[in-house]
Amino acid sequence: MSSAPLLEVRGLNAWYGESHVLHGVDLDIHEGETVTLLGRNGAGKTTTLRAIMGILRRREGVIRLRGKDLLALPLHKVAQSGLGYVPEERGIFASLSVSENLMLPPTVSEGGMSVEEIYALFPNLYERRSSQGTKLSGGEQQMLAIARVLRTGARIILLDEPTEGLAPVIVQRIGDVLVALKKRGMTILLVEQNFRFAKKVADRFYLMEDGRMVNSFPGHELDARMDELHEVLGV
Amino acid sequence: MSTIFGIPTPALYGQILIGLINGSFYAMLSLGLAVIFGLLRVINFAHGAQYMLGAFAAYLLLNYLGVNYWLALVLAPLIVGVIAVIIERTMLSRLYSVDHLYGLLLTFGLALIMEGAFRHWFGAAGQPYAAPSQLTGAVNLGFMFMPIYRGWVVVASLVVCIGTWLLIEKTRLGAYLRAATENATLVQAFGVNVPLLLTLTYGLGAALAAFAGVLAAPIYQVSPLMGSNLIIIVFAVVVVGGMGSILGAIVTGYVLGVLEGLTKVFYPEASSIVIFVIMAIVLLVRPAGLFGREE
Repeated sequence: MSSAPLLEVRGLNAWYGESHVLHGVDLDIHEGETVTLLGRNGAGKTTTLRAIMGILRRREGVIRLRGKDLLALPLHKVAQSGLGYVPEERGIFASLSVSENLMLPPTVSEGGMSVEEIYALFPNLYERRSSQGTKLSGGEQQMLAIARVLRTGARIILLDEPTEGLAPVIVQRIGDVLVALKKRGMTILLVEQNFRFAKKVADRFYLMEDGRMVNSFPGHELDARMDELHEVLGV
Repeated sequence: MSTIFGIPTPALYGQILIGLINGSFYAMLSLGLAVIFGLLRVINFAHGAQYMLGAFAAYLLLNYLGVNYWLALVLAPLIVGVIAVIIERTMLSRLYSVDHLYGLLLTFGLALIMEGAFRHWFGAAGQPYAAPSQLTGAVNLGFMFMPIYRGWVVVASLVVCIGTWLLIEKTRLGAYLRAATENATLVQAFGVNVPLLLTLTYGLGAALAAFAGVLAAPIYQVSPLMGSNLIIIVFAVVVVGGMGSILGAIVTGYVLGVLEGLTKVFYPEASSIVIFVIMAIVLLVRPAGLFGREE
């Protein structure tokens, strides 16, 4: 962990219009790590991902990927530098078939999964490849949203609440997929409310409150910190 | 002489053909408008002027550079497309972040300027443009005589409409366009250069209008106001088909053209308003248009 982080965020401030929503967020992710952001609704987790991706444009501070400044880049160049985004609302396109949704994001670098590998990992998607994207079940849409960024060769994937609203068996399935991705050396920034799920995959946790990072700790300390977390998260 | 409902059949077929030809122009123009509106959310009031520019480009190319019809059919859309790209880059793209009304006002203003300029240079009267020699004359279809050029217009517009539809529905570029129509930010966050896509789409829409303009030059005269006469009907076609619906624009274009032609036969008094009556009915029954998705 002594090497420079793959993704480095320093003093990130962000605004929705006039309202100041992120206050000096610091965050490091090293190559191959899975890092999870915890926090209540409205703590700024999704906003942090949107600010890193550049979807939220009004930002100040430092966002560096392998030392390269992302803040100055136009939105489409951010993905091209190696970030893959899986939005909370999944963002499956209704006017595209499942396979068109899968093929939509342009390749950003070598080393992405092949379509065959993806269909092997998500057999449901193969069976329904010619269906309209939004005709899939919620779980299948989530898998499609994840599968979509695996093809592109993105080095870091930003996953926003992949288990939200899904049945336990599907949550389990998505957990297996993340473990498989970790084994392949994928770097993952995960936003998650369900920390029993997050515990399975996360190497480190960050805790957010009111647009600030208030704590960070390694994954194995999660159980010992349960009381503290329950208090902050109010669950 | 055979008749249908007391109408001589040659008159009926003749009006259906005229309807198909008008429908060809409605379809090509509403297609471009629908593509532009779908992605840019701009109601392109300059569309009629871009159609007129296409016709004038062909006229000027012929009279000043001796460029023939066939070459003009390629060059005029290119020229108008490039002008549209410049308009989008320098002006229209600045308005995406503000209310859509500004895009409408800008394109409306540009249309007035373009039409005014051409009226100043060429007068309001139309300039003649001869059909190419290969397409003059008529063929006997057995039930009627069809001028070859008119048949060509119907075929060419079908080819262009189907080609555009295939481009949008079956290609990777088309998938970008459809996806960006739904959620441009997300498509850009995946690494697609959406600003470039918007520019090219506006250029393509204008090029389609210009292509229609060249096709129209030998049928209608080349005049500065040829577009503004047509564009109001084309807006009605887009509304009936459903704003932003590609297939809706194409199908509605031809169908309304033919319906208008039939109205001229059976109840001529209503022929100039029939499309607007249909528009009003469709808006009452299906506000999103026949092929539109409710939002």
